[in-house]
Amino acid sequence: MPIFEIVFYTFSLIMLGAAVAVISVRNPVYAALFLVLAFFSASAIWMLLEVEFLAIILILVYVGAVMVLFLFVVMMLDINLEPLRAGFIKYLPVGLLVAAVMAAEFLLVIWAKGRFDENAFPVPSPNPADYSNTKAVGEWLYTNYLLAFEVAGVILLVAIIAAVALTHRQRSGSHRQNPSLQVRVRKDERVRLVKMKSEPKQEG
Amino acid sequence: MLTLAHFLTLGALLFCISVTGIFLNRKNVIILLMCIELMLLAVNMNFVAFSRFLGNLDGQVFVFFILTVAAAEAAIGLAILVVLFRSRQTIDVAELDDLKG
Repeated sequence: MPIFEIVFYTFSLIMLGAAVAVISVRNPVYAALFLVLAFFSASAIWMLLEVEFLAIILILVYVGAVMVLFLFVVMMLDINLEPLRAGFIKYLPVGLLVAAVMAAEFLLVIWAKGRFDENAFPVPSPNPADYSNTKAVGEWLYTNYLLAFEVAGVILLVAIIAAVALTHRQRSGSHRQNPSLQVRVRKDERVRLVKMKSEPKQEG
Repeated sequence: MLTLAHFLTLGALLFCISVTGIFLNRKNVIILLMCIELMLLAVNMNFVAFSRFLGNLDGQVFVFFILTVAAAEAAIGLAILVVLFRSRQTIDVAELDDLKG
């Protein structure tokens, strides 16, 4: 059935092309949008692997939250791009050389001796129609990884607090009340008693 | 026939592209963060492929945690980036030499 191959190669090419665009376009806004395209294609490939829950999570979390955050920051900061592009051509040969060597090593490990071909790792049969990937992952997660799951929640909480604490800025000149100072106030700080003679009522 | 090697090759190529991106855009912190996200995606691709071909759900749970930590990392990284830009008006990595390291 060649439909799997067609889908795989199509989305793989789109993903790799989008990744190349991410690292080579001039404008960071376009880079963020190409990154969204790469995540979408990866999500489609994960669907092909019948990993439906993570494919949905990838789109919801990455495209929906992280990439929106990236776009927000890129558009909020008024960055002068020209000095940041310096050295792009200078480092291009080194980068390509390292990438080529790494790719050659990866491909050698993966394809030599058939370590990962269909004999070593037989292609799994498709899951039955009533199989729920979300249910299986959820049961596995809440059974074997409960502590790790809660630690992940704490990590997210720490990230929220850290992000807010880092970017929070106290503005000068705001008329904010300080309840602690208000509660601690004493009588002689607010009321001044002035001794004076009583004045007679003016006639007429 | 799509074997495990196809998916591993895809992850490896994606990883190489993102390493090249770190070499090329070594001044722009935003693109560097994006390259790190791409690297994490490449690693996740391997985890998912192994999970499927071994019939073991541990790999998918691991990807779940990687996504969590990556989201936290992106949030804090971008917050640091905003503070950095606010104090120095640039995000050039080469100018971050106050510690004289």
